[in-house]
Amino acid sequence: MNINLIKPNKENLTSFVSIGILFILVGFFDFLANTFLNLNFTAFLPAGVSYFTPIILGLIGLHFIRIEYSGNILLDKINANFNSSNFNALLSLFVIFTLIKFIPALLNWFIFDANFAGDTKQDCTSSGACWVFVKVWLNRFVYGMYPDTEQWRINTSFFILFVLVGAAFFVPTKFKKYLLIFLLFVYPIIGLKLISGGDFGLKYIETGAWGGLSLTFIVSAFALILCFPIGMFLALGRRSNLPAIRYSSIGFIELWRGVPLITVLFMSAVMFPMFLPDGTYVDKLIRVLVAITLFEAAYMAEVIRGGLQALPKGQYEAAKSLGMGYWKMHFLIVLPQALKLVIPGIANTFLALVKDTPLIFVVGLLELAGMVNLAKTNPEWLGMAMEGYVFAGLVFWVVCYAMSRYSQNLEKKLSTER
Amino acid sequence: MNFKNFKFDLSNKNKDLIPQVLTVLFIVLVIIYFTINAQNNMGNRGISFGFGFLSQESSFDITFSLIDYDGSHSYAKAFLVGLLNTILVSAIGIFFATILGVTIGISRLSQNYLISKAAEWYVEIFRNIPLILQIFFWYFAALRALPLTIDSINFYDISFLNVKGWYVPRLIWTNFSLFIYSLIAAFILIFFVSKYAKKQRDEFGKQIPVFYISLAILFCFPFLAFLIGGVTLSFQIPELTQLSKTIYVYQGGVTIIPELISLALALSMYTATFIAENVRAGILGVSKGQKEAAASIGLTKGQILKLVVMPQALRIIIPPTTNQYLNLTKNSSLAAAIAYPDIVLVFAGTALMQTGRAIEIISITMLTYLSLSLSISVFMNWYNKKMAIKEK
Repeated sequence: MNINLIKPNKENLTSFVSIGILFILVGFFDFLANTFLNLNFTAFLPAGVSYFTPIILGLIGLHFIRIEYSGNILLDKINANFNSSNFNALLSLFVIFTLIKFIPALLNWFIFDANFAGDTKQDCTSSGACWVFVKVWLNRFVYGMYPDTEQWRINTSFFILFVLVGAAFFVPTKFKKYLLIFLLFVYPIIGLKLISGGDFGLKYIETGAWGGLSLTFIVSAFALILCFPIGMFLALGRRSNLPAIRYSSIGFIELWRGVPLITVLFMSAVMFPMFLPDGTYVDKLIRVLVAITLFEAAYMAEVIRGGLQALPKGQYEAAKSLGMGYWKMHFLIVLPQALKLVIPGIANTFLALVKDTPLIFVVGLLELAGMVNLAKTNPEWLGMAMEGYVFAGLVFWVVCYAMSRYSQNLEKKLSTER
Repeated sequence: MNFKNFKFDLSNKNKDLIPQVLTVLFIVLVIIYFTINAQNNMGNRGISFGFGFLSQESSFDITFSLIDYDGSHSYAKAFLVGLLNTILVSAIGIFFATILGVTIGISRLSQNYLISKAAEWYVEIFRNIPLILQIFFWYFAALRALPLTIDSINFYDISFLNVKGWYVPRLIWTNFSLFIYSLIAAFILIFFVSKYAKKQRDEFGKQIPVFYISLAILFCFPFLAFLIGGVTLSFQIPELTQLSKTIYVYQGGVTIIPELISLALALSMYTATFIAENVRAGILGVSKGQKEAAASIGLTKGQILKLVVMPQALRIIIPPTTNQYLNLTKNSSLAAAIAYPDIVLVFAGTALMQTGRAIEIISITMLTYLSLSLSISVFMNWYNKKMAIKEK
C-alpha cells in the first residue's frame, strides 16, 4: 500500500481520517490537560515547542483529514468551513483554543463564582463578580436620585408610553394617525409633567435629582422626537434654491458636525448662560436637550439629504407637472420615498444619539454610566468598577442591539423592491 | 410696459425674497440679542471680551506633555500642549483602528466559519456599547487591575507595564536632523523611481520591481546616514529606583500614561468596528466578474488584488472611512472624562475655570475642532478626487 503523507487522497480515506482524528484528539487532550489540570505532558520538549504542541498536532491532524470530495458529507462540510487550507486550519485551531481557554474563566467570573446574595461588600467572598453591588444600587442605576416614594411616577409614565406604542401596532390604520400625533406632540408634555411634578398635588422634583437609566431614556426619546423634524427642514434648506436659506443651512449643519458633542455640552453649560439676560435661568436638563437635539439634527439633516439626492429627478418633475407646489411635492412625493431610502442612516443616527447620552455627565446630570461612576466611588463599595461598567455596558448593548435589529427588519419590510 | 406682467414678476420675486429676508433678519436679530446680553453679563462681572489672556501666565501644570511646559508658561502654550495631546491620541487611534478594522473587515468575509463569526460578534459587541463606557471600562476597571510598580509586568527587561503606566525605552539620537533628511531624500527618490517605472511600463511594457527597489532605498539611505553621517541611536531603558521605603518608580525612558493607553484602546477598538463594516462593504462592492475577467487575462492572484480589486474597493471604502477618522478625532474629546490632558480638559476645563472667559475659550476650542475636521475632509476630498473614476 502506497500512502502519500504529503497529499492525503480519497483511496485511503479511512486510514487518513483515523490518523488525522487521532492527532487532533491528542492535541486537544494535551491542551485540555494544560489548561484545566495544569499537567504538561510535553515538558521534555523545549519551552517554545511545548507551548505550541496542541496547535502543531492539530495542524497535522487537520492536514490528514483535508481530502477534497471525500464523499462523506460531514467531512466535506468540516473541510469547507474550517479547514480549507493550512492557514485556515491554523486560524480555526487558534479560535477554538482561545474560546476553550477564556469562556470557562468568563463564565466563572460571571455566574459560577459570582456573588448574588447579601447586602454589603463583605458578602462578596468568592472570586467571581460581586453582583451584590448591582443589586444594592439597582434602584439608583434605574431612577437616579429620584425619591423612592415618588418612583411610581416614572414607572407610570413609561408604562403608558409602552401601552401607547403597543397600541399603535394594533389599532386600525384610520386611528393610527391620531395616536401617532398624540404620542409625538401631546404625550411628551404629559409624561414630563408627571415626572417633574409641581401641579395636581404632585411633589415638584427638580431635574438634578433625575438620573439613571430612566434619564437615559428621557433624554434619548426627546432628542429623538425633536431632532427628526429639525433635521428634515435643514436637509430641505440645504437643497433649497434660495441662497440665503441654503447658506445658513450649510453653515448650521457644518458647524455642529465639525465639533464634538462634549464641547457643545460645555457650551450649553458655561457659554450659553452668558448669552441670556442676567438672572434668566434655564433648566440644566432643557439646555442639554436643546444642545443634543441641535447636534443630532445636523447629522440627521445629512442623512436625509442623502436620500433626497438619491431620488431620481423624474419624481420631482412628475410632481411638478401635476401642479404641486414646493411643500406638497416634498411631503407627498419626495420625502416618503427619500426617508425610506435612508432608514439605515436614520437608525444609525438614533443609535449614535442613545450612545451619546452618557456624555451629559459633563454638565452634572448622571444617567446610567454616570450613576455607575458615582456608585463606584462610594467608600463602602470601592473596587466595584468592573461589575458596574459590565452591567451598564450590557444594558446599553441590549438596547442598541435591539434597535439595530429592528431597523434591519423595518428596512426589509418597507423595501418596495421585489 | 405691461402693468399686469410687471406685477406678476414682482410677486414672483417676492415669493423668493420674503423667506430669505426673514431668515437673514432672524439670524441677525439673534446675534444682536446674544451680543447685547453677553456684553451686559461680562460688564457685570468686570471682564471685557478679548484674547489678551492667552499671553498671561497659566500657573497650572499638565500631567502629560509632548513639549516643554510648566506653570510659568502662557495659556497659549497650554492650549498648544492640549492640541498636541489631542493630535497624538487621534493619530495613534487612527493607526490602530485602521489595522484592526481592515483585519476584521476581511475576516468577516473569510470562508472560515469560526473566523467570520468571531469577527461579526466583535463588530456587534463593540459597536453597540457607548464609547464613553468603553473608555471608563479600560481606565477604571481593566488598567486598574494591573500590578503595582514593584511587581510590574516585565517585557524582556526593556519595557515595563504597571498600574502607573507603560514604561518604554527612550530613543536618544545624535544628528537626528541628518537622519530625517536621509529619509526625505529616500522618499523623493522613491517618487521618481515609481514615476520612471510607470513610464517604462506604459511605453515599453517593461515591469520594474518598484516595491523591492523602494524597500531597498528606504533601508539604504538611513543606513548610510548611520555609517557616514555620524547618526547614532541608543536606548535609555527605564530603571526601577527606590525613592523611599515603600515608594518605587521607574526612571528614565518614556512613560505612556494609562489615560493615553485606555483612550487609544477604546477609540481604536470602537472605531475599528465601523471601519470593518466599510471594508467589508467595499470588498463586496467589487463585482465577481471583475475578478474573473482579471483572472482570464492571465493576471496572478496578487496582481488581481493590487490592480483590479483594491483600486475599486478603495473607492467605496475611503469616503466613509474618512468620516470615521473625523469621528475618532472628535471622540478623542471624551478624554476629559478620564483626565487625559487633551484640548478640552486643559483649555475648556482648567483654563476656563481659572480665567472665567467662557465665550473666548469655548469658541477657540470649537474653532480648533472645526479646522481639524475641515482640514482632514479637504485632504480626503483631494484624495477621493484622485481615486475617482476618470471617464473619458
